Amino acid sequence: MAKKIRVLIAKPGLDGHDRGAKVVARALRDAGMEVIYTGLHQTAEQIVASAIQEDVDVIGLSLLSGAHMTLFIDVAKLMKTQELTDVLLIGGGIIPQEDIPALKKAGINEIFGPGTPVDDIVCYIQKNVKR
Amino acid sequence: MTAENEPRPTQHQTKPHKKRFRTLSNIDIASIYTPEQLTDDAARYRDSLPGQYPFLRGVHEDMYRGRLWTMRQFAGFGSAEETNRRYKYLLEHGETGLSVAFDYPTLYGYDTDQPLARGEFGKCGVAISSLEDMEILFHDIPLKDITTSMTINGPAAIVWAMYIANAENQGIPKHLLGGTIQNDILKEYIAQKSYIFPPEPSMRLIVDTFEYGFKQVPSWNTISISGYHIREAGSTAVQELAFTLADGLEYVKAAMARGLAIDDFAPRLSFFFNAHNDFFEEIAKYRAARRIWAKEIKNLGAKHPRSQWLRFHTQTAGCTLTAQQPEINITRVTLQALAAVLGGTQSLHTNSMDEALALPSEKAVKIALRTQQIIAEESGVINTADPLGGSYYVEWLTDTMEDETYKYFDRITKLGGVIPAIEKGFFQREIAESAYRYQKEIDEKQRVIVGVNRYQSNEAPSIPLLRIDEKGEERQIQRLQHLRKTRDQAKTDATLATLRKAAEGTENLMPSLLACIHSYATLGETCGVLRDVFGEYREPAIY
Repeated sequence: MAKKIRVLIAKPGLDGHDRGAKVVARALRDAGMEVIYTGLHQTAEQIVASAIQEDVDVIGLSLLSGAHMTLFIDVAKLMKTQELTDVLLIGGGIIPQEDIPALKKAGINEIFGPGTPVDDIVCYIQKNVKR
Repeated sequence: MTAENEPRPTQHQTKPHKKRFRTLSNIDIASIYTPEQLTDDAARYRDSLPGQYPFLRGVHEDMYRGRLWTMRQFAGFGSAEETNRRYKYLLEHGETGLSVAFDYPTLYGYDTDQPLARGEFGKCGVAISSLEDMEILFHDIPLKDITTSMTINGPAAIVWAMYIANAENQGIPKHLLGGTIQNDILKEYIAQKSYIFPPEPSMRLIVDTFEYGFKQVPSWNTISISGYHIREAGSTAVQELAFTLADGLEYVKAAMARGLAIDDFAPRLSFFFNAHNDFFEEIAKYRAARRIWAKEIKNLGAKHPRSQWLRFHTQTAGCTLTAQQPEINITRVTLQALAAVLGGTQSLHTNSMDEALALPSEKAVKIALRTQQIIAEESGVINTADPLGGSYYVEWLTDTMEDETYKYFDRITKLGGVIPAIEKGFFQREIAESAYRYQKEIDEKQRVIVGVNRYQSNEAPSIPLLRIDEKGEERQIQRLQHLRKTRDQAKTDATLATLRKAAEGTENLMPSLLACIHSYATLGETCGVLRDVFGEYREPAIY
């Protein structure tokens, strides 16, 4: 049997909106992936440390507070310093279209906005997982 | 997006394409309702009038003829100066009450310059780190003539102290102040997650505000028991109703356990509900809420009608807004707002069309406010109280919501009450379950969301969005540092020491919190003392 894809779903910063993170976590689990959910209020350091410890293939960040330009990019930067280059980094939440190019440039592989069918996220991960 | 691959429904396809007809809470609906479906007449009080126990038909005899609901737009972003300008803009355009949205650091009792606050300044609300910020926030706004609602929970007592202190410094006596603090910690553990302290000290602080409120600030609603966030986290309407009322009863019992008389504090309890997409189910929810609350409060010994009233604010459902074709959100909001008004709300926030993308722009928020004004002044729905009372369907649905709520009450009782049920993850699991089912129904197209899973269009949204000034964080940090340098530090230290002592004891904390705020102790410093004494809550991560 093929190795299951391992995903860390993480909530960076102080934002408490966890509906999306939980729905995505369950959908990925139902699609056969192994999902670890960090819970709330994670720093970039905690997220990257969990990703290393859990040996995940994907990190999924969820944020609705509007602080994504700081908090998502913090995670991407730290992944580079820690040489987590074979881990896919994706994000979702209330993120204006015009912020997406800068997020991608900083190393976030894909952004999923409101209204995304969860299957799109499953398919994206299956197609793009790096290892 | 997958829109291009979907077969487009033709214009001629008028027949609804679903087999089951259910409310959003999955209650099965018959094709017609008649008096035969209405049972249990004595307990339902369908013949009661508006203003009469159990207030099924509204808390006031003349409802909106006597007084319209308060048009209260939840607003806040960036600095206190920017938000003050937004409040003045809203008031100029006919808003009748204020509602403060705080940023995340403020919601968690942190100052803007604390490490965990980095990147969050002003992003989803206004940053208020000290009395100085509060003074700026309400500059040139007459505090004795306007009511203000503040969505603040963990540090509610501290932020309320800032509001009171600001008014006192302007020479306005406390008893003239009107407004609301959300102050509902139970739903924070359940859904919104901006908690700070563990349940026990949190409940103590809340009862402190009840007691201080009815003695010193008698026109203030010292809590807004909120279903809104429970619903936004993914619950059904039934769960929103049941969990909110269960929380409310928990606060009443906590205050009575302290020895407070129910008729002293219960008149200042207020509620906050969501207005979601299922039009009649929402109306039934508000009607059922009033009836259940009046009965339960009476059972607990409340004699005054005002104690038995369930007065509520409503906000249209943020989670129903679509990023796709954002302009059509105006229509969604109109229907949701109309349900709130037909359900007898005392206060209303209408969401702006752009809120699935960012905080509202001036133009978007003006349209949202105008939506309320059209309902109030053009539609004629305010002419008579509870216009849907007596509709077989609405009455049946009201009864059904009530029955389902009591089933949840039984389950909560069996778990040992609200706090043990939180600690066991009961509410969190129920909500996560409903949220997941709702998403699946949308993904499988069993539920239609116009513009998302049907009638998609590929045009990119082209509405201008509000941006938060990235330099604001730096300016706020400088202001805080200046404040700390120029205040009377000995006085600040002394008030914080007094607070620590009081927190370690059992006395009401409001007087010492007010003293801290008057001495310009910051939110982070004041809350820090309480964090030291009370500890912090950590939740189990359940999905």
